[in-house]
Amino acid sequence: MGKVIPLGGRDTGPEAVAAAAAAAGEVAASARRTSRDQRARTSAEAAEREAAAAEGPEWERKLAGGLAFLRRRITGEYEVDDFGFDPDLAEHVLMPPLRPLYEKWFRVETRGLENVPDTGGALLVANHSGTIPLDAVMTTLALHDHHPAQRHLRMLGADLVFTLPLVAPLARKAGNTLACNPDAERLLSSGELVGVWPEGFKGIGKPFRERYKLQRFGRGGFVSAALRTGVPIIPCSIVGAEEIYPIVGNAKALSRLLGLPYAPITPFFPLLGPVGLIPLPSKWIIEFGEPIETAPLGAAAADDPMLVFNLTDQIRETIQSTLYTLLMQRRSIFF
Amino acid sequence: MPPRVVLVTGVSRYLGSRLAGVLQADPSIERVVGVDTVPPRPELKALLGRTTFVRADIRNPLIAKVIAQNAVDTVVHMNVIATPLGAGGRTAMKEINVIGTMQLLAACQKAPSMRKLVVKSTTAVYGSSPRDPALFPESFEPRSLPKSGYAKDAVEVEGYVRGFGRRRPDVELSLLRFTNFIGPEIDTPLTRYFSLPVVPTVLGFDPRIQLCHEADGIEVLRRATLESHPGIFNVGGPGVLLLSQALRRLGRPSFPVPSPAVTLVAGLFRRAGLVDFSPEQMRYLSHGRVADVHRLQASFGWVPRPTGEAFADFAASRPGARVLSPEAAALVEERLLHLLVGRRPTDLDRESSSPEPAGAPRA
Repeated sequence: MGKVIPLGGRDTGPEAVAAAAAAAGEVAASARRTSRDQRARTSAEAAEREAAAAEGPEWERKLAGGLAFLRRRITGEYEVDDFGFDPDLAEHVLMPPLRPLYEKWFRVETRGLENVPDTGGALLVANHSGTIPLDAVMTTLALHDHHPAQRHLRMLGADLVFTLPLVAPLARKAGNTLACNPDAERLLSSGELVGVWPEGFKGIGKPFRERYKLQRFGRGGFVSAALRTGVPIIPCSIVGAEEIYPIVGNAKALSRLLGLPYAPITPFFPLLGPVGLIPLPSKWIIEFGEPIETAPLGAAAADDPMLVFNLTDQIRETIQSTLYTLLMQRRSIFF
Repeated sequence: MPPRVVLVTGVSRYLGSRLAGVLQADPSIERVVGVDTVPPRPELKALLGRTTFVRADIRNPLIAKVIAQNAVDTVVHMNVIATPLGAGGRTAMKEINVIGTMQLLAACQKAPSMRKLVVKSTTAVYGSSPRDPALFPESFEPRSLPKSGYAKDAVEVEGYVRGFGRRRPDVELSLLRFTNFIGPEIDTPLTRYFSLPVVPTVLGFDPRIQLCHEADGIEVLRRATLESHPGIFNVGGPGVLLLSQALRRLGRPSFPVPSPAVTLVAGLFRRAGLVDFSPEQMRYLSHGRVADVHRLQASFGWVPRPTGEAFADFAASRPGARVLSPEAAALVEERLLHLLVGRRPTDLDRESSSPEPAGAPRA
């Protein structure tokens, strides 16, 4: 299953089903009358996709897929996992509008995808920047579209994300959960790929003059979660996200008033109003580094603070040096 | 050692009566004594069989006499109630829950025949907050305990039960924390909520809900009574439904209410006698609550049916106000496709009649 290639350049919403669940209408009719087993239906649809791949014009298949998708949503016949992750929605509604951003606007280049394992739990640790967590979203797209196993990245988000209305349910449905040890360990031990951005708000809200300088990595809770579950840690460096909204100031009073960690001021926002909300089209490079195996260290190592600190530092150094290397290789900010 | 004389509190309510019925049908149990403030409805007589009903308000110490006279060795405490509207207001509910439990535990403590105590508690003791982990294990300590309503009563009841456990270490204690019950027959705040013609939801939030089928709840209680499972257990179906998903499967329209207006709307509903919405339940409807049932599975060797199945059973029993059934939706989809794409009627006929497996070529 490859990338969605929009017909006529337009690619929105449920229409943009990658494989259009090709003859989903056909399969759905029979599946509707059998048991409620969702897995049987989706595997039947997948098999049907291959069979009907070359039949009928593309738009017809997409329409069929889109209508099938709408029907599934309206009747509630989709599955969510314990965390509220809705892969149906994520793939067909949440990801497609972000693909043009990924491919045309930021022209994201990925390197080192082979360092991310095809199966099994792994912890991805990355630098955070860009005022809003677009870097996290782009990393998710990179792994879903360009990794051979099309892995879903489950991200650990700050408390704030889950208290905001509208944002909170979307975050859960996209597969993300609260950044806390129990959830991280649960996801890792069930073989999921978990992404964590330890710099947190300090990283994402840092002023432009401090770009690409990694902030403190917290207490290393994510490292102890990885140690306890014995999964590899993959350092990830994201270049290009710093320049999308260069923060030149912070309206502290306003941020306190709204209860936000920062109220950013960029050269274009709020000066140019809504136009200032458009991110600058910097060229992005996401590099996945060599995994650090934690299984040889043993689960008891999670309780050794020195070891946890050392490992956290090691990861931080790796990401920082990779960032500098990539910055030197980068031709310019926008190309 | 299997129980011989079982006392069930709250026997006039749905779960209590069903459990008493199941226990009295077991020949290894000598006697089943049911206790409640009101006698069970006449139609339950056949179900209750040889259960002896004692009308004793557990708020007064009469319960001690009942236990002593009958030489009760197993007590199943199911009288912690969730619906103030039913029991004569919040004050009465609190009295029955808290003071009733205190009296019952005092009576159990004095009784030398006591061997086992099974308590029906709730996962509401974990609270519902956006800052909590996704699944609650039994060891989870909530950052802030629930402050009002059924959940607060449950927390207090659990406290007293723990105290009892310390004073009578010879009594085997099973504390079962149930998630919301659902099923064709049971009447709970949640089932009433789902039975509203138009269901209010909190704008911008979509909670995860976990449900326990009524029959499975009774099965767990039966196993806890007859077998030996000391400890605290979360009880619920594995798997999760989002509220929006549940409402769609039910076929009910929903109207989202912005959070500032939520308390107002909840008050309206409560005063109209429709559904009781305490602040705890409003939080539940914003953030949801899912408990980890691994310990139940490991100890009992069994889990209730998944949330989706339990809900499907409930939905099947309420076909009433379905806005759009799955069959109707499928039909609309086929017709729409035919209209827009102009496929031949033969395709549609073949689709709707034959259960062809995947791979059937399109004509």
